[in-house]
Amino acid sequence: MATKMGIEVSVAIGEAVRLANADVIAAYPITPQTHIVEHLAELVANGELDAQYIPVESEHSAMSACLGASAVGARTFTATAGQGLELMHEVLYVASSMRLPVIMTVANRALSAPLSVWGDHSDVMAVRDVGWIQIFTENGQEVVDNVLCAFRIGEDRRVLLPVMIHLDGFHLSHVIEPILFPEQSEVDQFLPPNQYPLPLDPSKPVSMGDFGPPIIYFETKWAQEVNLEAAREVILQCWNEFGKTFQRYYSPVECYHSEDAKVLLLTMGSFSETAMTAIDKMRGDGRGVGLIRLRLWRPFPFGEIRQAVKNAEVLIVLDRALSFGGPGGPVCSEVKSALYGEDKKPRVIGFVGGLGGRDITPAGFEEIINRGIEISQKGSDQEFEIFGVRE
Amino acid sequence: MTNPEGMLTWKDLEIGSIVAEPGNASQYQTGDWRSERPIFDNSKCIKCGICYIFCPEGCIEQNAEGYFEANLFYCKGCGICARECWTRAITIVPEEE
Repeated sequence: MATKMGIEVSVAIGEAVRLANADVIAAYPITPQTHIVEHLAELVANGELDAQYIPVESEHSAMSACLGASAVGARTFTATAGQGLELMHEVLYVASSMRLPVIMTVANRALSAPLSVWGDHSDVMAVRDVGWIQIFTENGQEVVDNVLCAFRIGEDRRVLLPVMIHLDGFHLSHVIEPILFPEQSEVDQFLPPNQYPLPLDPSKPVSMGDFGPPIIYFETKWAQEVNLEAAREVILQCWNEFGKTFQRYYSPVECYHSEDAKVLLLTMGSFSETAMTAIDKMRGDGRGVGLIRLRLWRPFPFGEIRQAVKNAEVLIVLDRALSFGGPGGPVCSEVKSALYGEDKKPRVIGFVGGLGGRDITPAGFEEIINRGIEISQKGSDQEFEIFGVRE
Repeated sequence: MTNPEGMLTWKDLEIGSIVAEPGNASQYQTGDWRSERPIFDNSKCIKCGICYIFCPEGCIEQNAEGYFEANLFYCKGCGICARECWTRAITIVPEEE
């Protein structure tokens, strides 16, 4: 029987990691992620989680320690945000390339300068191509559920890849929500023990992270890409199994009143819930609008996106990150490329908004949708639109 | 399984390119990009072994007669042995000679 608790989302993540019975947590505190690893430190110190907690001097070291732990076959967890994710950057590639299933929650935060501890997706987009599986979440329940799923997906023999779970800094990490926690026995049944197939073991030596001269490097990269692609199937299976067990279903692209809508908005993360409020209001006003939310960021759900937007005439994509000197928002750019070869496709209009903790209200989403429709009719000489910058 | 040229394909790799066979670095021909090689003049050699000590590749071996020779499978032709040799018994010559 699941227990329902009013709990801060960061603390809930710590509880999910406890339920997953992680073996090693190596972390460095950084706002707005600190409460996650703070709670885990408490759980370990109080003997409520039998794990090694490794406090380190930087995020670069945190991820490096996670690699070592994962390499011996330990169930490994860490969390970071913003600048911390940037400092980890080179080690993130090593984790995925070495196929080590480190699980990490990222409390999404804007990047300096100016210094901002508040939320946006600049940090996510900077690590877009590091080879991790990446999942966006919208509320506390989704984070908890997907942390449990992440261990199962990442450690699956067919996958063996690190997984990032993205949650919006402050907007999600610091709110108190009612969250259902499954029983330990249910989690144990859903999440089998981690059995890394070729761990570091003195009785059966292996070498990891070797030198890769031109004669073999490209083969290793292609094997990695094929493997990340193959993970799609396992991710879907895991979410399906999770749904059957816990009655909460997840999919790579989540649809909200999108089937009959001629105008669609695409969002990621916790802002999606605000956008739903706007969609509800506009539909109440008789407007044919709908929402799709991108949950699986890597591997990118090409097929599901095409399917979700195939009947729409206008698709408005909100990015919470800027690709400087580029096409505006990275997500819009990828959505456009996913649709480029389609015969029948909506007109895609990109917006960038909500940077550095700037809110977008339901009225704001309504404004974005109306402006998007206006652009689709009248055209625009801009590659993308900015929402919410004072003129 | 390897391709017709005997080379590993991407499908042959272990997960994460892990090397599961200990000590197989000895099969790596580090000398394949050498452009110069050492020639040992045994008439000048005093069998001191300084070349053996200084060789960064560890590829110089002592033969049954006590003279030293470089294993060209590993020798990168760096020339350190010739630089260090007290009696100038080692000369470095271009590979094409």
